[in-house]
Amino acid sequence: MNWRAITAIYTFEMARTRRTLAQSIVAPVISTALYFVVFGSAIGSRITEIEGVSYGSFIVPGLIMLSVLTQSIANASFGIYFPKFTGTIYELLSAPISFFEIVLGYVGAAATKSIILGSIILATAGLIVPLQIAHPFWMALFLVLTAVTFSLFGFIIGIWADGFEKLQIVPLLIITPLAFLGGSFYSISMLPPFWQKISFLNPVVYLISGFRWSFYEIADVSLGLSLGMICVFLAICMGIIWWIFKTGYQLKS
Amino acid sequence: MSPIISIANLSKTYEGGLQALKGINLDIAEGEIFGLLGPNGAGKTTLIGIICGIINPGAGSITVNGHDIVRDYRATRSLIGLVPQELTTDAFESVWNTVSFSRGLFGKSRNPAHIEKVLKELSLWDKKDEKLMNLSGGMKRRVLIAKALSHEPRILFLDEPTAGVDVELRKDMWQVVRELRASGVTIILTTHYIEEAEEMADRIGVISNGEIILVEETGELMRKLGTKRLKLELQDKLRKIPAALRPHKLELTSDGAQLIYTYDRHAQRTGITALLNDLGKAGIKFRDINTTQSSLEDIFVNLVKRTK
Ligand SMILES: Nc1ncnc2c1ncn2[C@@H]1O[C@H](COP(=O)(O)OP(=O)(O)OP(=O)(O)O)[C@@H](O)[C@H]1O
Ligand SMILES: [Mg+2]
Repeated sequence: MNWRAITAIYTFEMARTRRTLAQSIVAPVISTALYFVVFGSAIGSRITEIEGVSYGSFIVPGLIMLSVLTQSIANASFGIYFPKFTGTIYELLSAPISFFEIVLGYVGAAATKSIILGSIILATAGLIVPLQIAHPFWMALFLVLTAVTFSLFGFIIGIWADGFEKLQIVPLLIITPLAFLGGSFYSISMLPPFWQKISFLNPVVYLISGFRWSFYEIADVSLGLSLGMICVFLAICMGIIWWIFKTGYQLKS
Repeated sequence: MSPIISIANLSKTYEGGLQALKGINLDIAEGEIFGLLGPNGAGKTTLIGIICGIINPGAGSITVNGHDIVRDYRATRSLIGLVPQELTTDAFESVWNTVSFSRGLFGKSRNPAHIEKVLKELSLWDKKDEKLMNLSGGMKRRVLIAKALSHEPRILFLDEPTAGVDVELRKDMWQVVRELRASGVTIILTTHYIEEAEEMADRIGVISNGEIILVEETGELMRKLGTKRLKLELQDKLRKIPAALRPHKLELTSDGAQLIYTYDRHAQRTGITALLNDLGKAGIKFRDINTTQSSLEDIFVNLVKRTK
């Protein structure tokens, strides 16, 4: 393992975050606060509580997941797309490093950012609504697994994209709708039976359910199923990345 | 001595079906400066890209210091520094950070003293905290060289390092290259400034249409293919070449003030004596004589023409 190279990539990416602090951290925090105002106050005045948890507290895990998902994808996809775009990727390709090490550097940095972000949102939310974390270990595990998985997914998008539009299209057209329909703002059991069935096709439902369970011990699906689904998704992403690096897809001509 | 780079039967066809390299065989000796010349699109960058790991190789094999570039890529790549043809830099990074990043990427331990030395050699020291986007093109080029030298490579590829670089800087760069060579670094450069290859390279390879059409020690190449031109500055201008001198195949410059005679200096008979005799007989007087060796550029143009 070329640890120095991994460290170099990791610190380089983290330095990029510091430079774009407003964009990377402040913006998601502000938008989360807005969700609180809109959903928490507006809807919360009508739905006072779900399964014994006040509405404001109920949406916190979902909001964190929403930000972690979208920011993991955004950070990781941009991180690898940018060198491709500017051409500085030549240096990565000519360095004595394996693709695995490249992934570790980029995905590690992107996931770190999301985890920091998730923690900041959690702390912010704690100032606004009462929070209770029943299973801190599981919460941390879900947070880390989600950050890593979706950073990997973002990395794949960054490699696949050959223009800025493609870079944004997947998060915009697929991830955001899935995240919104994934039960961030409501419990799946509140839906009519037909939409409940449809919802179970949405992988984000399993993430949010598991994550919310670690807070309040209420869940739409069982913990094991949540964990299993995220591991399946992680495995699929790793498989695709392995294939990309084997073939040099979109990286080497 | 065994070559530091050995390329055997290397072919490369791009996805679109364009065959950029056709069965290249080439050995580079340790410590030499090898000049790779060829017209636009000849395959120079493709060849370098494959050796460095940026482009997937097609058929054939390449070893660097005895290691296969695909199987033992860590061993081969850690020996190689690459200065790409395109100016590609991270706009928002500082010079110091980007050069230090390169060193880390190649797995070398931090060594600020070395980075400082490299930046000073390339007259970048006073720009070390500057963001790359604030640098001029020539300075960016130097940053790319600094990045390549940051990890102390034993082999350095320079893909048209002096494109867009002023005369002063070009001289500095060649000074750096000479010093590197003196310290044992093998250097492979491509350039369109043929005088440069002629001046710098120990050996020259000419590539055209994906094929190496010639590899020769620079001096030898000049000797082999070099024609010379004898220029006679006339006392009185001529309007046309006198009939008696026709057999010598002279050229008269358009202002009529100079006669030019081209000859092969390695020929048994250069024809100079006969020419001078005939000039005397024709009553032509001259003020000055000089001879020039044809440059590599002429040789090169001729060669490429021949293969087309
Ligand atoms: N990524 C690519 N995909 C398809 N064709 C390519 C690619 N890169 C280069 N080529 C083609 O391969 C041929 C060789 O290109 P290459 O860049 O190696 O030439 P070169 O000798 O470096 O030229 P120059 O002096 O202009 O830099 C050209 O015909 C070029 O169009
Ligand atoms: Mg080129």
